[in-house]
Amino acid sequence: MFSGLRIFKEGLTGNTGWSPHWRDPAPKAEYDAVIIGGGGHGLSTAYYLAKNHRMTNIAVLEKGYIGSGNIGRNTTIIRANYYLPGNSEFYSHSLKLWEGLEQELNYNAMVSQRGVINLFHSDGQRDAFVRRGNAMRAQGDDAELLDPEGVRRYLPYLDFDNTRFPIYGGLLHARGGTARHDAVAWGYARGADRLGVDLIQNCEVTGIDIESGVVRGVQTARGPIKAKKVSIVTAGRSGQVAALAGLRLPIESHVLQAFVTEGLKPCIDHVVSFGMGHFYISQSDKGGLVFGGDLDFYASYAQRGNLPMAEHVMEAGMTLMPMIGKAKVLRSWGGIMDMTPDGSPIIDKTDTYGLFLDCGWCYGGFKAVPASGYALAHLMATGVPHETARGFRLDRFRDGHGLMDEEGTGAQHNLH
Amino acid sequence: MRIDGKGLVDRSSPIRFQFDGIGHTGFAGDTFASALLAKGQRLMARSFKYHRPRGVMTAGSEEPNALVTVGTGAAQEPNLRATTLEIYHGLEVRSQNAWPSLSFDVMAVNDALWPFLGAGFYYKTFMWPRSFWEHLYEPLIRRAAGLGALSGQSVAERYEKAFAFCDLLVIGAGPTGLMAALTAGRAGADVILADEDSLPGGRLNAERHAVGDMAGSDWAAQATVELRAMPNVRVMTRTCVTGAYDQGTYGALERGAGAPQPGRPRETFWRIVAKRSVLAAGALERQIAFADNDRPGIMTAGAVRAYLNRWGVAAGRRVAVFGNNNDAHRTALDLRAAGVEVVALIDPRPKASGPKGDFPLYAGAMVEGTRGWLGLREITVKTGGGIVRLAVDCLAVSGGWNPTVHLTCHMNGKPTWCDAIASFVPTPGAVPGLVAAGACAGAFSTAACLAAGAQAARDALAEIGVTSAPPDVPEADDTPYRIEPFWAVPGAGRAWLDYQNDVTLKDIKQAATENFRSVEHMKRYTTQGMATDQGKNSNVAALALLADATGRGIPETGNTTFRPPYTPVSIAAMGAGGQGMGFAPRRFTTSHAASVQRDAPMVEAGLWYRPSYFPAAGETTWREACDREVRLVREKVGVCDVSTLGKIDIQGPDAATFLDIVYTNTFSTLQVGRVRYGLMLREDGHVMDDGTSARLGETHFLMTTTTAAAGLVLRHLEFVHQALRPDLDVRFASVTEQWAQFAVAGPKSRTLLNDLLDRPLDNETWPFMTCGPITLGGVEGRLFRISFSGEHAYEIAVPARFGASLFDTLVARAEALGGGAYGMEALNVLRIEKGHLTHAEIHGATTAFDIGFDRMVSANKDCIGKTMAARPGLTDPNRQQLVGLRPLDRAVELTAGAHLFDRAAPARRAHDQGYVTSVAFSPTLGHAIGLGFLSRGRDRHGEVVRVVDALRGKETLAEVCPPVFVDPQGGRLRG
Amino acid sequence: MRLTCPLCGDRDRREFYYRGAAVALHRPAPDAGVAAWDDYVHLRDNPAGETRDLWHHEAGCGAWLVVTRHTVTHAVLEVALAQDEGAAG
Repeated sequence: MFSGLRIFKEGLTGNTGWSPHWRDPAPKAEYDAVIIGGGGHGLSTAYYLAKNHRMTNIAVLEKGYIGSGNIGRNTTIIRANYYLPGNSEFYSHSLKLWEGLEQELNYNAMVSQRGVINLFHSDGQRDAFVRRGNAMRAQGDDAELLDPEGVRRYLPYLDFDNTRFPIYGGLLHARGGTARHDAVAWGYARGADRLGVDLIQNCEVTGIDIESGVVRGVQTARGPIKAKKVSIVTAGRSGQVAALAGLRLPIESHVLQAFVTEGLKPCIDHVVSFGMGHFYISQSDKGGLVFGGDLDFYASYAQRGNLPMAEHVMEAGMTLMPMIGKAKVLRSWGGIMDMTPDGSPIIDKTDTYGLFLDCGWCYGGFKAVPASGYALAHLMATGVPHETARGFRLDRFRDGHGLMDEEGTGAQHNLH
Repeated sequence: MRIDGKGLVDRSSPIRFQFDGIGHTGFAGDTFASALLAKGQRLMARSFKYHRPRGVMTAGSEEPNALVTVGTGAAQEPNLRATTLEIYHGLEVRSQNAWPSLSFDVMAVNDALWPFLGAGFYYKTFMWPRSFWEHLYEPLIRRAAGLGALSGQSVAERYEKAFAFCDLLVIGAGPTGLMAALTAGRAGADVILADEDSLPGGRLNAERHAVGDMAGSDWAAQATVELRAMPNVRVMTRTCVTGAYDQGTYGALERGAGAPQPGRPRETFWRIVAKRSVLAAGALERQIAFADNDRPGIMTAGAVRAYLNRWGVAAGRRVAVFGNNNDAHRTALDLRAAGVEVVALIDPRPKASGPKGDFPLYAGAMVEGTRGWLGLREITVKTGGGIVRLAVDCLAVSGGWNPTVHLTCHMNGKPTWCDAIASFVPTPGAVPGLVAAGACAGAFSTAACLAAGAQAARDALAEIGVTSAPPDVPEADDTPYRIEPFWAVPGAGRAWLDYQNDVTLKDIKQAATENFRSVEHMKRYTTQGMATDQGKNSNVAALALLADATGRGIPETGNTTFRPPYTPVSIAAMGAGGQGMGFAPRRFTTSHAASVQRDAPMVEAGLWYRPSYFPAAGETTWREACDREVRLVREKVGVCDVSTLGKIDIQGPDAATFLDIVYTNTFSTLQVGRVRYGLMLREDGHVMDDGTSARLGETHFLMTTTTAAAGLVLRHLEFVHQALRPDLDVRFASVTEQWAQFAVAGPKSRTLLNDLLDRPLDNETWPFMTCGPITLGGVEGRLFRISFSGEHAYEIAVPARFGASLFDTLVARAEALGGGAYGMEALNVLRIEKGHLTHAEIHGATTAFDIGFDRMVSANKDCIGKTMAARPGLTDPNRQQLVGLRPLDRAVELTAGAHLFDRAAPARRAHDQGYVTSVAFSPTLGHAIGLGFLSRGRDRHGEVVRVVDALRGKETLAEVCPPVFVDPQGGRLRG
Repeated sequence: MRLTCPLCGDRDRREFYYRGAAVALHRPAPDAGVAAWDDYVHLRDNPAGETRDLWHHEAGCGAWLVVTRHTVTHAVLEVALAQDEGAAG
């Protein structure tokens, strides 16, 4: 049990009493369920399978180290500000899970509900944000419309007077915010481990065994493992892993860059996003400005970005809030995004009995971590989709029912 | 302490500057660090977590400790490294992250609490009660964290970006880089030599080595003179190559020299495109972990030599040297030669021997601890003969040199462990077109660097077909580098690895204990390597010690990935040009000046600016102006600039066939001189855009698009042609800016035009949806009888150079007829009254079926999007369909973005029936109207729905109606 | 990143628009069936390796290009005019 008291006691006794946050077990020959992918979604799936469904003979198989994928490469934003049915209820559920996460996991993931402000810069954008905000309210979440003066009260440092795209107002989502990304992975990992889940690192899955349409297990770098149920939870590499089961997915992989500056005294208290270019920003508790923009736009698995988008993001930052100009970028990196034709994810069964998919998170996967695991665990354990994730069907593209194209850019994967 | 006769600073040029309000004097060529060290000031900063007093540790951009703030007001710049900050007259420097003062910082209480503040302590507490995080714990943590502060003011100085191209980019101007640049420059290649330092030469300026028959620094200066004289070589000092990107592209940051000057950029961010590049970035020295190894006065051995030889500064009066390699011994020798007292040379290698000096050499010994809160006073040395305490004010430490492999890792390359130098070297081929040479490739002697630089340049040039003469490499020191790995002194105290972030060996061990054994886990759990130096000083030692703690080898433990930028880059530099209006181009119509002159507020429409409305005398609100403009169009005649709509000229024998493919409806049957409204789908079956296309000739069409979609549609046409139907003979050109086009709308529109046109119009030859050439005053133009307002209307187009005068003429004539100019607000009201659509309705997720245009999808031919539009989900009768909305209470307004619910249903998602897309007050009808999408809307005309705008706290009831409010039969169009 | 346009030569990535996999060149017949159209519009091989995708030299000559690239290394292996393949296919 972690607590301030424990830290105090350990501090007095030389910090000798700490123990591993999770075990490193050898893989067993057989599990009731195997989750491929030890990222945020895979770990939360394992946790909720054990916690909600009492399935404890399960393993998470991770190619690298726990949390080595996008859970540790994002801009740490959590929010429930979607407007289309299917997305609305899901992200609403996720935010509620975030709100109790630390107490649930006994791990401080630093969930910080500092407020997300989406700025708009034309009448048309305002109308679209009002539609969004009203959908959020109808879902039972919070949303508040800010006029320019309202924005100025929250964000006095924006350039209100000499900017290419004047600020018409903003949509404030007060319950949105940030969380410490790595700690989310570690908290779920520790929670799952304590419930008996085997977290197996450095265990790449090299094959998925299917007999007569039924999944039987997986081949791994550490030998074959039998399993009654297998889930592919490998966003960023979904296509390659799904191909092991003969699946071709509606996914194209793209790089999304992010940037962090050196530590600075508090200057940005919210999550702020620009409406006329690709730029969003928040300040970490350590003091670094964490910001990002849009995809590099071409299919890539390189986990690194290129200059044009990096420069665009910083140009957008300079037109919106030129007070950050003297902050210096320490590091840039790229994550690999599963981009789907409508910009929304997939949590579904496959045609193979016992094989499940959780993928296509585009660049919204971080905030979905709790609810994604919750819903996938429900689907794996009960065979029916969780009520908050019914919209994430794999076949929606084929039949056109329930497309969730929040951006309205259509079936070009990189435009979402 | 400044040593007479030493160094490259210009002692004839004293420079006055301030630190925390106290005046100091240095010399031209000094950095802030060298100038303060010359005064004997060691304390310059505080650490991040424990607020430990810190001095300068290095002499370069890797400095982790001595970060300071420069300037005030909008010019305030935090987190500058004292080691690269060149002093200039009037420079004002302040310490940061310390209160109330640098020498007495209350937050240093954290240092006493260290047992409770170890690795990741914050993950284990601050969880109760839940609401305290945002309101208590987090604000406290945020205030304590951070280094320097931003001013909060907009940047007021100039920053720039630029492109450069070359055959060979040489990164680093030390012996390797200078020799590479000389070799390539003499061969006639186009060369860029970039170095982050103000002075080329690298370690040649920091050492006493000779090159050929002269001092190394003199050779560097001479080489630089030769290079600068070559027209094919560009020497870029103060220019740090920050990142390696694809296809030979590099990012580089150039700092302005000296004091900020108006008109000169503070920084320039370069994008350098090089056919080949030589990485000659040198090496960085690492520390050794021992108890309290972070005190002011403890520095790298190489930095102590650099301050001595380049700046003529002794970093202390009584100096000890502690190192596990023979390079460290040079520090003792150089200091002695300069007359500085060397208290001891301590080498942990049992068999260490070195050149004799008049100082004690303790072989097999190690520094176990230190004393001195604000500055080093004493070290404790464990020798074979017992513990020795030595009074010193400077300790020069060398744990060995790490090649500067960073750029070779920017494309995910992993460096290779090399036992001989106990460090990583670049893996060849990690960055295509880049070769690492010299010290950054593990060749540490000056002679080896010179030879490697010449060879690397020759090899690179040969690959791009440039022949070079065999290099004339001068003779130089070739002493082999000898090292035995030594990472940490055993002991109980806190031994720092990552100085800035206060990560100690205990933290690494705790991480390993808690199963953060992966090097990435260790980094993320302890924050080692996440400070402003990004692990340049600590990574290799930290992972060696992690390897030790986890019982693995170093290669097996691996390394974290170095990512761009190599040194911190300001957002203002990389985002140069974006501030203010520079973020996006501004597009102006030919009537812009006239509109501004009429006091019309100009609003952004994509990249364009368009007039919102034209205020008349006595009007105080936009609504008054808008209502008047709507009425004048409905009753008289209005003029509106519609040039921003996309215009695409389409020509070729197959033009008509082509349009049948991209439009849902048929254009091949359109007669010359006629115009047709067309609907365009994306291949996924949703509406892409709409607009009219006019057939100007048998093989010539003019397509119009919405303002926002002009580029997208042209791209789409080119795609469909080149990728799908290259067999069709047709070509496209955007002519949006070539033609100025004005809507002339209203019952008197023909009257107005007939006053102007060389040949008057009549309804028989110019019925609705016709087009053709016209002349006015001899100017050839085009006329289209089309209408977005629903009135009898035309659009008249002339070459753009006539636009301004035509607009003036049209407006004057309109005013004479009781009409006038109208802006975007009135245009929007007119089109809503008429039920015409914009991107508020065609927002990318609607189908032809949704907007009631499914009959426009021809059954007789294929078109883009037709098949996918037939998917069951896109033709589901329950889909939300376009409807009109009228408030039951005619006095209330509607708001766009409100959602629609059944009259009795709660306003919850499960009951959501649709939403309002566009609203207006209709002066024609005298009440508010709206367009929206409603589930099964077309079957529900006459029903009453709840319109809920929870965001604005508004709710009303509205009647569902057809989406055309004015003249549904279209009689006015044809009149 | 840079591409060599067959018409214009070596140019910066900023001049190009990216569309997606070159599968878009091979549009199914209207009656090819649901699966063929789902394949065409939605499903992707998405290789971590060599791929062929479509780029548009939008700020240059206007040519649509088929670029053979490596999605892990970003090496550009070949750039051809889409109209040549479109004509062939």
